[in-house]
Amino acid sequence: MGKKILELKNLTKRFGEFTAVNSISYSINKGEIFGLVGPNGAGKTTTIKILTTLLPATSGEANIGGYDVTRNASKVRRIIGYVPQMLSADGNLTGYENLLVFAKLYDIPSKEREQRIIDSLHFMGLSDSAGKLVKSYSGGMIRRLEIAQAVLHKPLVLFLDEPTVGLDPVAREAVWEYVKVLAERGTTVLMTTHYMEEADAMCSRIAIMNKGNIAAIGSPMELKASIGDVDANLNKVFEYYSGKSLESEEPGGNFKDVSRTRRVAKRLG
Amino acid sequence: MSQEQGVLQKDLDRLQTESFDPIKWIISFIYKTFVIAELEARKLKHDPTELLTRAAQPALWMLVFGEVFTRVRAIPTGNMSYMDFMAPGILAQSVLFVAIFYGISIIWERDLGIVHKFLASPIPRASIVLGKALSAGIRAVSQAVIIYLLSLLLHVKLSWDPLNLLGILFVIIISAALFSTFSLIVACIVKTRERFMGIGQVLTMPLFFASNAIYPIAIMPGWLKAVAHFNPLTYEVDALRSFMINGGISQYGLPFDFGALLLSMVILTVIATILYPSVAR
Repeated sequence: MGKKILELKNLTKRFGEFTAVNSISYSINKGEIFGLVGPNGAGKTTTIKILTTLLPATSGEANIGGYDVTRNASKVRRIIGYVPQMLSADGNLTGYENLLVFAKLYDIPSKEREQRIIDSLHFMGLSDSAGKLVKSYSGGMIRRLEIAQAVLHKPLVLFLDEPTVGLDPVAREAVWEYVKVLAERGTTVLMTTHYMEEADAMCSRIAIMNKGNIAAIGSPMELKASIGDVDANLNKVFEYYSGKSLESEEPGGNFKDVSRTRRVAKRLG
Repeated sequence: MSQEQGVLQKDLDRLQTESFDPIKWIISFIYKTFVIAELEARKLKHDPTELLTRAAQPALWMLVFGEVFTRVRAIPTGNMSYMDFMAPGILAQSVLFVAIFYGISIIWERDLGIVHKFLASPIPRASIVLGKALSAGIRAVSQAVIIYLLSLLLHVKLSWDPLNLLGILFVIIISAALFSTFSLIVACIVKTRERFMGIGQVLTMPLFFASNAIYPIAIMPGWLKAVAHFNPLTYEVDALRSFMINGGISQYGLPFDFGALLLSMVILTVIATILYPSVAR
């Protein structure tokens, strides 16, 4: 512990006049589960897109495992795993095939492939459904499969964008448990979430983002203490720092997001 | 716990000392291109109904349009029967139709986050583009089988020379790859499925009619002739005509046809590789 695995320095992203991420800096240690929380448009997803090399930063720096996400993007891509917010497993393939294809694409040696896939299906509790098409899976199963897919190559840092959005409470807690075990085994996790109880249950540290800025950063306990009320829930902390209630926000946000999410749900059956 | 961390540290150290090896890169590039194609082929295997429904259109063209125009002899096709002239054109058309709406899958995959997942992985961008293009080729082969069956039924003078069949295979795979990559580029630019469907319809008609698929270029007005000469479909049909039909000849010469198709493919692949990452932004 204590070893810096991910560092941001004055990271900034502008889209024209609009500043999505405004000169943020922090670092994450190995084995941490770090949470980015904030309302829609706070800059969480933009930050994740920059860190996963999908989007170039306007200025500032970010490095993972010592590699700059812009200059050394191809190396960074080999040491990260990414689970996007949408349902990204392929519905027309079986669970096993989803993992097999990614094992090949990540250069996992052919003699290890089979065993690793079996192990990770077992770990995620998906062994019995491995041969079924993913479109017949429940939301929670799909999410677990996606996490299995993202950690098959043993990444240094795992990015989870809203990992439990749309899941029922039981499925949600199952995902939390799996992610915690991964972190205990040494995978660093950076996740975004809307749910304060999720951040409270999982994260060793949290950054509250608001309008592209970091409003506060610390462990859930520290943040609660910082507003002078250790018994407060994180929603109160959030309201204190961002000036508005998180619970009034619907996850998924604007019309475009909602119609996308619905289409996805429809497609997956 | 400590064991797992050891693995990660070892991997990181290996990454640090690793140098760029072009031969290794090319092998890995080709391998990953085929893995992407395999992924698409597996999806097709689980749900092949699409291939059968696609057969309706070429069947209608050959059975209705073809039969009528063979009778009226309105189109000058030299000493070939009109049906013999048209069959390779309809094969080219069905390959075009299979490929031209392929780009919409990229819009689906963007909405599902699959594109993001691929782009955050070490797969070369060009492998994703080419792998998908190859898988459109697989679809095209299924169309060729259907057209051959129809052609048998309609007594088209098919050539069964194995070399010619290989030639057909090559031409339709590269053509499907080419038009699906074109479709991918359109999808990268328009970004929504509504706009894509509109533009797809608008593009298909001129590609098909401004070519030698169902009538010779010689009967076209001058300006349309010029357009047809820049249309890759023209060279596809030209090559198919010489491979598919007994006594069929290529008007431009096979090397020129292949050159035109390959060059278009390379140009489109480069453009698509550059545009593809923008889909995720």
